Amino acid sequence: MNKYRVKGRGRVDTSTPVTFTFDGKSYTGFKGDTVASALLASGTHLMGRSFKYHRPRGPVAAGSEEPNALIGTRRGPGRFEPNTRATVQEIWDGLKTTSQNKFPSLKWDVGAVNDAAYMMFSAGFYYKTFMWPRSFWDKVYEPFIRAAAGLGVAPSEEDPDTYASRNLHCDVLIVGAGPTGIAAARTAAGKGLSVVLVDENTEMGGTLLSEPNMDIDNIPAWDWLAAELASLEAAGVKMMTRTTAIGYYHQNFIGMVEKLTDHLPNLPADTPRERMWHVRAKHVVLAQGALEKPLIFHGNDRPGIMLAGSAQTYLNRYGVKVGTVPAVVTSHDSAWYAAFDLHDAGAAVQVIVDTRSNVPEALRDAAKSRNISIKINHTVTATSGRLRIKRVRINPVTDGNVGRGEWINCDALLMSGGWTPSLHLFSHTKGSLDWNDDLSTFLPKDTPEDCVIAGASRGLWGIETVLADGAARAAASLAKLGVSADPQSYTVTHDRTGSGETMRELPTDKSAGKAKAFVDYQNDVTAKDLRLAVREGMRSIEHVKRYTTNGMATDQGKMSNINGLNIAADALGKKQPEVGLTTFRPPYTPTTFGAFAGYHRGDHFEVERKTQIDSWASEEGAVFEPVGQWRRARYFPQAGEDMDAAVRRECAATRAGVGMFDASTLGKVEVVGPDAVEFMNRMYTNPWTKLANGRCRYGLLLGDDGYIIDDGVIGRMSQDRFHVTTTTGGAARVLNMMEDYLQTEWPDLNVWLTSTTEQWSTIALNGPNAAKLLQPFVEDTLLTEDVFPHMSCKECTVAGLPARLFRVSFTGEIGFEINVPAHYGRTLWEQLWSAGQDLGITAYGTETMHVLRAEKGYIIIGQDTDGTVTPYDCAMGWAIGKKKPDFVGMRGLARPDLQDPNRKQLVGLLTDDQSKLEEGAQIVFDPDQPIPMTMVGHVTSSYDCGTTDRPIAMALVQGGHAKMGEKVYIPMSDRTISATITETVFVDPDNSRLKIQPQV
Amino acid sequence: MLLIHCPYCKETLPEVEFSYAGEAHIVRPDRPADQTDEQWEEFLFLRSNVKGPHFERWRHLHGCGRFFNAVRDTVTDRFHATYKAGETRPDLSELLKDET
Repeated sequence: MNKYRVKGRGRVDTSTPVTFTFDGKSYTGFKGDTVASALLASGTHLMGRSFKYHRPRGPVAAGSEEPNALIGTRRGPGRFEPNTRATVQEIWDGLKTTSQNKFPSLKWDVGAVNDAAYMMFSAGFYYKTFMWPRSFWDKVYEPFIRAAAGLGVAPSEEDPDTYASRNLHCDVLIVGAGPTGIAAARTAAGKGLSVVLVDENTEMGGTLLSEPNMDIDNIPAWDWLAAELASLEAAGVKMMTRTTAIGYYHQNFIGMVEKLTDHLPNLPADTPRERMWHVRAKHVVLAQGALEKPLIFHGNDRPGIMLAGSAQTYLNRYGVKVGTVPAVVTSHDSAWYAAFDLHDAGAAVQVIVDTRSNVPEALRDAAKSRNISIKINHTVTATSGRLRIKRVRINPVTDGNVGRGEWINCDALLMSGGWTPSLHLFSHTKGSLDWNDDLSTFLPKDTPEDCVIAGASRGLWGIETVLADGAARAAASLAKLGVSADPQSYTVTHDRTGSGETMRELPTDKSAGKAKAFVDYQNDVTAKDLRLAVREGMRSIEHVKRYTTNGMATDQGKMSNINGLNIAADALGKKQPEVGLTTFRPPYTPTTFGAFAGYHRGDHFEVERKTQIDSWASEEGAVFEPVGQWRRARYFPQAGEDMDAAVRRECAATRAGVGMFDASTLGKVEVVGPDAVEFMNRMYTNPWTKLANGRCRYGLLLGDDGYIIDDGVIGRMSQDRFHVTTTTGGAARVLNMMEDYLQTEWPDLNVWLTSTTEQWSTIALNGPNAAKLLQPFVEDTLLTEDVFPHMSCKECTVAGLPARLFRVSFTGEIGFEINVPAHYGRTLWEQLWSAGQDLGITAYGTETMHVLRAEKGYIIIGQDTDGTVTPYDCAMGWAIGKKKPDFVGMRGLARPDLQDPNRKQLVGLLTDDQSKLEEGAQIVFDPDQPIPMTMVGHVTSSYDCGTTDRPIAMALVQGGHAKMGEKVYIPMSDRTISATITETVFVDPDNSRLKIQPQV
Repeated sequence: MLLIHCPYCKETLPEVEFSYAGEAHIVRPDRPADQTDEQWEEFLFLRSNVKGPHFERWRHLHGCGRFFNAVRDTVTDRFHATYKAGETRPDLSELLKDET
């Protein structure tokens, strides 16, 4: 099982074996292994199939930048995750993992025919291959693309895990706990500052975990590391592992995701799976290090080919030899050290191929002393081996000419194309970058945030160098916080400094057109694709990226961006900075939706507001609907009733006897003050000066553009006090608008505005028996036409409760709205309910309310209006105070466009075949015109279960007010419906039903 | 998430307490009825849409409820100043000098 495990190497706990499965087969690794390291220890490199060509792939890296080894992980019932990087997932007893993108099996995959048909999948194939014939799209191309798209399979079960979020404020946040970050933390620690050190790995140390053989201050590196981490912790530094800083936002706000349970076999109780940290740091030190670049040559993606630094990590951190007869190809010194480490661990390194002509003497001597064959000035032109590399073909290069190739047997190929500084978070800060010709890479320049970047992430190399830089940069940070610090100095013996050259595609003696030299492994983008994109006209790297999809996979181009840029720049004959670098965007690594959603799921996704009467409706079996954030009773079905039947019954009962409706959600604003009437005159279209105390009026609110924003009945409770009602959904918007005008345009007005929506419970009684039912509860007022006519209001006592009583109607029937202090709502409701039994009282919901108001042609804001409708469009010119010098929207209404007689206007529609129209259906004047037809309006409201003998509808129709009696047509998918334009009032046009008849 | 200084509460607080309210110093005319169509169009629709320091309104919605003005750079999102509604527009060159 652990054939490739090297005794005495690595940091895994060999006394604790761990068993997990991969594609159903059982494997044993050790505590501390990742899935990738454990599989490699058993000799398994093949871990997945590639995205486009289904080529066999193994891990090419050892960390979170891994593009190839993506697996499905099952952590128990309901806990499946696709596309987990095998190089990051820790193993535990019982973990089940699966390979992806293969059928029927990983070793024998049908989709690999794509590899042979690679000509079909060249750059921009999305835009070319599937274009024609047109008829192939629906049946062939789209199903094919949908089946092939994506790598893993989306989970089908609801996520049973919980996710948390937490705030963190600190003085110094250090991102990355490699040598740079540790030195920075050392500088900041013990100075009375809150310091946080964060790292995405399971343990801190970064590069040091892969470099056990150097001494720091004369202490072996790992001993030094352990002591240093313990000392930092003792000094009060908050140390966070398995925590990824995913994004850097304005004003030093950093998002960090902490993984808490994915590595545990037994889930601890009450522990979230992940926690999103919202960090606000006074200063940030970025020490994310650098990522190694692959070399680009034909067949550079076979299992067994990996980054040299990663092979070194597998050996030194996990005790795993990635091959027994490895070969090495490099353009950077660092890979030589990987070769030496593998040799010293017992591997027979076949050859070190270096593309450069100048390699340091010391390295060559060290190789010679180990009897490793050296090929300077050589290139790699091919590899072979179906599921694992077997041979590599190397050729000498003389003055740019590629000589004869020679095949060398190997079971692993380690490559290094140099290192790319990690600038992701730095770039999130809108930090500027500078192209460095010597390093052939971008380096960080300025950032608007309070942040420094240190170590390998700004292009430095060597442990001693980055330790010093981490300390110095942190000291500079502290200085800005007003804290002085002496950066500690470090001595490193056996340090592995080095440099390298940057290559594009390696020189080859083969046809470049047939080379499969991969730049982006995850999206299967080759060097040839990039050059083709340039030939086909792409000039900016942003275009090249989108055309080829280079860098667009979940690894976000961590390994491919700079290689891609170098090739594109070469193809364009331009310098790299002229071609540009694509933007780094958060998150740094793939992040679960759960981490972002945190607590906001299920019932906690949004606030649900309930009225005091909601509990009664719930007990009565009401069906609810959301209106804004409110939950409102939609209808009250009796046994066997569907919605239409319930609504028909509720409508009929209300028109025949009395209906009761919970109107508590209506927005309410108290407008109070000496200038209240002037304020109302300026805000609403209507005139308010002459409205007497104890009377109310329907108010219309416009924007300054002249369009209707809101409406509602407004009662004048006293000279200086208005009880304003708004629509349910518009309450906050209206109050905000009132405050805006009051505070910023008319600060001279002495007026106070208070939201009272939740202070009142509001019960609406409607129907011919409404007054009869209510009268016994109202001691001090006679509910007659003479004493309390329609549109009256007063403060009085109802059922012994202090109340504001309104005589208003949104149904066309005799109507009352009784406002009582909110918590009395249900008490009053039940008293009225019980008293109304003899009168056939019926509770109705919002659906019946909608039908009854439509029968009277009363509009609903947002249904019959859409933000482009004026009062005149709704034939509501009567609501406008024509003698007022100004109100919000008055000047807007005078705009030429709003005066056009051919505007869309609100009318009634009656279908000729008595069918019910669809709300939102489009209307035309001529049903026989060619398609596309000229659409002249749409249906806004439509009902067929009210108290009329036929379905009714309202619609906005061009010039509709002048077209009474004319025909319009509503083309539907199966037929065209004809309808006649009518007035919008379908029931009781002369409002006789509003009158209370004298009791005989 | 931005941190915003409320000039009324005199505290710097998270952006979630505030709501944006468009460009600042656009005064509603005293007598809109006297405005020409062109003048009214200017008031209603035309905004400066600057790249750089922008005079704009915010409301401390979940705090004191007051509208106030701010100078925010639309490129960097950095707030150069916040000040009470009704106060005169601060001198931009003075503000930017302080920043550097």
